[in-house]
Amino acid sequence: MQKEMAYSFPDEVLKHVFSFIQSDKDRNAVSLVCKSWYEIERWCRRKVFIGNCYAVSPRMVIRRFPEVRSIELKGKPHFADFNLVPDGWGGYVLQWIAEMAGAYPWLGEIRLKRMVVTDESLELIAKSFKNFKVLVLFSCEGFSTDGLAAIAASCKNLRELDLRESEVDDLSGHWLAQFPETCTSLVSLNISCLGSDEVSFSALERLVDRCPNLRSLQLNRAVTLDKIANILRRAPQLVDFGTGNYAAELQPDVFSNLAGAFSSCKELKSLSGFWDVVPAYLPALYSICPRLTSLNLSYATIQSPDLIKLVSHCPRLQRLLFLIQVLDYVEDSGLEELASSCKDLQELRVFPSDPFGVEPNVSLTEQGLVAVSLGCPKLQSVLYFCRRMSNAALVTIAQNCPNLTRFRLCIIEPKTPDYLTLEPLDAGFGAIVEHCKDLRRLSLSGLLTDHVFEYIGTYGKKLEMLSVAFAGDSDLGLHHVLSGCESLRKLEIRDCPFGDKALLANAAKLETMRSLWMSSCAVSFGACKLLGQKMPKLNVEVIDETEPPDSRPESYPVDKLYIYRSVAGPRFDMPPFVWSMDEAVKILH
Amino acid sequence: MSKPIEHDYIGLSEQQLPSMEKSSDKKDGLHLKDTELRLGLPGSESPEREDHDQNVLSLKSFVSGAKRGFSDALDGGGNWVFSGGSGGGTEGLFSPRRGGKNNGGKDLSGSDSGSVLKDGAAQKPSVVQEKKLQVAATSSHGNGNIAPASKAQVVGWPPIRSFRKNTMAAHPPKNDDGDGNAEAKLGSGCLYVKVSMDGAPYLRKVDLKIYGSYKELSSALEKMFSCFTIGQCGSHGVSSGDGLTESRLVDLLHGSEYVLTYEDKDGDWMLVGDVPWEMFTDSCKRLRIMKSTEAIGLGML
Repeated sequence: MQKEMAYSFPDEVLKHVFSFIQSDKDRNAVSLVCKSWYEIERWCRRKVFIGNCYAVSPRMVIRRFPEVRSIELKGKPHFADFNLVPDGWGGYVLQWIAEMAGAYPWLGEIRLKRMVVTDESLELIAKSFKNFKVLVLFSCEGFSTDGLAAIAASCKNLRELDLRESEVDDLSGHWLAQFPETCTSLVSLNISCLGSDEVSFSALERLVDRCPNLRSLQLNRAVTLDKIANILRRAPQLVDFGTGNYAAELQPDVFSNLAGAFSSCKELKSLSGFWDVVPAYLPALYSICPRLTSLNLSYATIQSPDLIKLVSHCPRLQRLLFLIQVLDYVEDSGLEELASSCKDLQELRVFPSDPFGVEPNVSLTEQGLVAVSLGCPKLQSVLYFCRRMSNAALVTIAQNCPNLTRFRLCIIEPKTPDYLTLEPLDAGFGAIVEHCKDLRRLSLSGLLTDHVFEYIGTYGKKLEMLSVAFAGDSDLGLHHVLSGCESLRKLEIRDCPFGDKALLANAAKLETMRSLWMSSCAVSFGACKLLGQKMPKLNVEVIDETEPPDSRPESYPVDKLYIYRSVAGPRFDMPPFVWSMDEAVKILH
Repeated sequence: MSKPIEHDYIGLSEQQLPSMEKSSDKKDGLHLKDTELRLGLPGSESPEREDHDQNVLSLKSFVSGAKRGFSDALDGGGNWVFSGGSGGGTEGLFSPRRGGKNNGGKDLSGSDSGSVLKDGAAQKPSVVQEKKLQVAATSSHGNGNIAPASKAQVVGWPPIRSFRKNTMAAHPPKNDDGDGNAEAKLGSGCLYVKVSMDGAPYLRKVDLKIYGSYKELSSALEKMFSCFTIGQCGSHGVSSGDGLTESRLVDLLHGSEYVLTYEDKDGDWMLVGDVPWEMFTDSCKRLRIMKSTEAIGLGML
């Protein structure tokens, strides 16, 4: 009797229960309980995240999850951000859109990162999904304002259009005018990547005017300072705002207008943009500073005490993205001031203004970061460019900030040793992984031997993503990482002396990871072929733009290697300079 | 630290990777090392080193070793040549890729070069040379042993997103140090422009800053796009000598089918080759390899 009751739980009830389970991990766990739960779960999964668009085919996704409303896809390897992946490599979204157009008429959200999106894809989206609400194109390319016009014109209930850091072909600014007068649904609009010809300001003003729910707006650089007030007055409900240009000749009426407009935005919590800043206009922000939790000044090309003064008005800052100038300005003490006023700081990013400069200016050093680590105990995420570092500083930082989850340190000159002792920075990074037990992401730099990888393999149990450049001595380094880091999902390596042995000995590990990138290392073509043959669930791709890898002896190292797990088999859209090590494909290529 | 047990699909036995307990002693525990072909980074000394510590220092000298990454993208027939003896200690790893082919006279030998040359790139490192002079005898890390590093850029380093680099390059930061060098410094990053070719399935991007002349550019483009013109083999010789600096720039690829054009700052499409090289790189926004017939139709030829 009781047994029967347990099994007669109606599907509808289970479905309802499952609807409260949002996380992918949990849903995956649910689907493994039993066959009927698998079935119920797959019919009610609404959101799918695909971290590597080649790990699975659109058809497979559609077959398993027939009722998806929201999809997120990532394409190119992360190192594509730094021009290490040649154009034409892949990451095309069109086939996905085409298949989903037929299968998911109710698809409402598409989020893409590092993918190639053509106007054709955008037009297909516009045409196919009647309930389309959210389009996020993060660091994408391949489309023009024509494609945007199609989206604007057809998507009657568009809520979110976010083009951050994408490359858009500028054809005309009139696409904004394609939003029909009846479109009042916009909540978020990020056009910060567009050039000067691509935005019609009057169309933008009208759009902002009629969208009372607009919460997040990032303008592009072409929007001049005097226009900001116009926009803000039309959207006092904004929570997140990105200025365009923040430079103009100082005029009292413009200033007071701007200050007034800012102060009327009672909900404003997050600011960004600030290209070309004129310091005299910064005080216009003072009224909102006490409320700010996020400030992105990483394009603000000024170096002035006004900048620090601004930051010191923001005691509630949790997230601060900073561009540090390295001329005429004592940035370390600036960070020290920051550390004393922003006690809630969780995320700090410091970018170099002059990354290719020959002469290092020592005004920004490891001391700034040490100061912040001391003053801001809630610090979780760090991205820091500097020119010198010491083991002692890293140890201090590690001890001060045990809650770090992301630590990316870039010492600009590769292989820079500890400036005090001239030793490698193994111990310093070792301290980071040892003390920061929740560390999920780590980027290394400086002079590093195999020892640092030993530390990472030993302590980096929660590490999911590791970026390595110009480090290590031998295969042992790679072996430490592959054999020790249990949670590792993404590993990207460039210019390190890692070769075949560690890779082949840890071949099985690669199936537990999303991807491995190795460029300018020492992995031979023969090893790649072997991996490709022995590991059918891995796609092993060799990238070489000079000539086919099999025109050289097998012992020759490949230029670039990208290995990722996939249930879809080798891909069919490889350009001529990418070779798949899958036996079957090789013959046809 | 216990050694995790690894599946060994490939039949590599575990003894080849020494036990972890010994790993602290580099010399003895790492049998691997003796057999390992070490990677010498571009421009570094041959890594035939006995003393590990010394290696650590000597490796420091490399760096940047020039635009190898971008050169990767462009090279059709070039070699990697390392100073300090190609085919020496670096053999098997980064010795010249094309068997015995070398750059011949374009090699830089000697330990102070720190740069890698490629075919057709002899003029390119004017940038490199300049910067090397700036660095001169100073070592930014206070270690006298280290040879001055060339400041030619390594592709993708430092790891700054293209979006940020392009944004900063387009509008260099203002600074009031008064010496007017700021713009040059930041702008010297890179200058990526898109290159499209009629009929090719995707765009490419090139960094104009790494070329010194029209000849280099066209040579690189030819190699880059040659894979799109299958079946039209034959000599891809670029037209005579410095003919590309003349106003009639034709026969870029495989005969007279294509011409190279560019869009300038004013949005006008021009034939490449009409103006001095520097003026061209300053005003070029994008490139297009256009069919001659279309160029004629546009009145450009």
